[in-house]
Amino acid sequence: MTGTLTISAARPRPAGLVARLIRRPSAVVGLALLGLVAGAGLAAPVLYPGDPLDMIGAPLQWPGMDPAFPLGTDMLGRDIAAGITHGARISLMIGAVATLVALVIGVGIGAGAGYYGGRVEAALMRLTELFQTIPPFLFTLAIVAVLQPSIPTIVLAIGLTGWPGLARLVRAEVLRLRDGELVQASIVIGASDARIIGLHILPNVLAPVVVSASILVANAILTESSLAFLGLGDPNVVSWGGMVGAGREVIRTDWFVAAAPGLAIVAAVLALNLLGDGLNDALDLKRALR
Amino acid sequence: MRMPAGGSAAIRRLAQMVSVVVGIAVVNFFLLHLAPGDAAQVLAGEAGSATPEYIAALRAQFGLDQPLGVQFAKYLAKVLTLDLGFSVRQGLPVAQLILDRLGPTLLLMGASLGFAVLAGGALGFVAARHAGRPLDTAISALALLFYATPVFWIGVMLIVVFSVWLDWLPVGGMAEIGTGRTGLAHLGDVLRHLVLPALTLALYYLAIYTRLTRAAMLEAYGQDYVRTAVAKGVRPRRIAYRHVLRNALLPVVTQLGLQLGAILGGAVLVETVFAWPGLGRLAFEALFQRDLNLLLGILLCSSVVVVLANLAVDLLYAVLDPRTARA
Repeated sequence: MTGTLTISAARPRPAGLVARLIRRPSAVVGLALLGLVAGAGLAAPVLYPGDPLDMIGAPLQWPGMDPAFPLGTDMLGRDIAAGITHGARISLMIGAVATLVALVIGVGIGAGAGYYGGRVEAALMRLTELFQTIPPFLFTLAIVAVLQPSIPTIVLAIGLTGWPGLARLVRAEVLRLRDGELVQASIVIGASDARIIGLHILPNVLAPVVVSASILVANAILTESSLAFLGLGDPNVVSWGGMVGAGREVIRTDWFVAAAPGLAIVAAVLALNLLGDGLNDALDLKRALR
Repeated sequence: MRMPAGGSAAIRRLAQMVSVVVGIAVVNFFLLHLAPGDAAQVLAGEAGSATPEYIAALRAQFGLDQPLGVQFAKYLAKVLTLDLGFSVRQGLPVAQLILDRLGPTLLLMGASLGFAVLAGGALGFVAARHAGRPLDTAISALALLFYATPVFWIGVMLIVVFSVWLDWLPVGGMAEIGTGRTGLAHLGDVLRHLVLPALTLALYYLAIYTRLTRAAMLEAYGQDYVRTAVAKGVRPRRIAYRHVLRNALLPVVTQLGLQLGAILGGAVLVETVFAWPGLGRLAFEALFQRDLNLLLGILLCSSVVVVLANLAVDLLYAVLDPRTARA
């Protein structure tokens, strides 16, 4: 009866995935936009060496006034283009690492709850419910305010509040798999829990987790920029949200100072959402996070 | 057997509320002890900015000279009796401050959600009925764009367009100060101030409900009862309203409950941009003045609001889908 062991959840192969992905217009647009944002972030130290927080020009120059500052300067004479490219690095970095934190917690709790069931599940889902009830942004705000804003505390706070949806999703998937033939057969032949979870369950949960991850990165970027807008960004690095917050003071006369970094946030978040949508369709998933 | 089922659901929610309050008290307690320095100093703000008397009062209030277990028990007892302490910065009890600001926030959230659900539902409905055609593509693209736009930036840009350029609507606040308007004139004034913040907060959720309604309707269109209705010759318009939309509303209502916490978070940003005197603005003030006791009180109360709202969603669910009331 070894035949049953070869039955596994039908998921497309990676090679097929890429082919499917590039047939989806939303995924192509998303990838292109993301490439643009990531490229800007990578090129920032080359294009604009030096600290983007330095005052290097006359204040409040409109875009196009001085070819040296294509997007103009803010009220302190900081180059807006430099801020946006360096901000891309910071936003993507914080988004990625915070998502990693959320993934570790969410997948761990979801897999534990789904696989072990019973009391473990009840306790873990209680915890998830609690974290889902506390308004996530207020919670993030409180953590950063108490611990003082810096990149590590911001990453930690976003990761700590971002996982509950993922945990529920992973739990549901694991529940489905646990009663499937693959896992039941593994139990029969005496495989250890760690082996079953690591080899048979997690790989099959990967697809919805990947889709969720791209949406989590988008949300993390939104949260980070919101924190910075409220003045809870790391004071030593440039942030798109902080730039909008600063530009808010001069919207009556120089609205471009607040407008430009906001468009950068839209581009980054839109790219990741489009990519998530495209992945979702390409992997033929019924549902992922939200 | 509807009543007992409804009653047990309410009891379950009440039990959940207590456990949430206890859970958040634990979280708050942890946060205060995680912070660098003495919890009293954390509560009072940066060391040096508070008077020694205030620090001493805080120490006594939280029993910081006692063992950790005793401290936690005392803190929990206070929270459970809704004693959230005193905000020296604002000169009022925290519970009082929160109650005063709850009204404007509920007005803002209600207006935003109402608009988001109605407009989002309508857009999703239209998109689903034109699935795959240009109108659907346009609506879906618009929803994606709103979904990706940070709420604070929408607020700032709406102020630029409607307050600075066009001068149609006020830049902020909840009413014109010093006009002494009463009755209808006052109401009109508040509504004029409400338009931009409510619209700002609504656009993100409008996007969510558009996408959700569209997806739920497309799924409902694939159901057997729709095929039956088509087969017996029910007109498409009637199918869309009676059979598809009604069933598509269920996931929308579920999301409504799940999203409330997130909307409260959005309210912090919107109220800060528009100087709307609600709970979110209070949270920002608490943040700005490093009045952490107040901030944690707001966190606790808004979580309770979320639990209560979920209770309301449960009840609404029973009306929309009688099967759930019997389950």
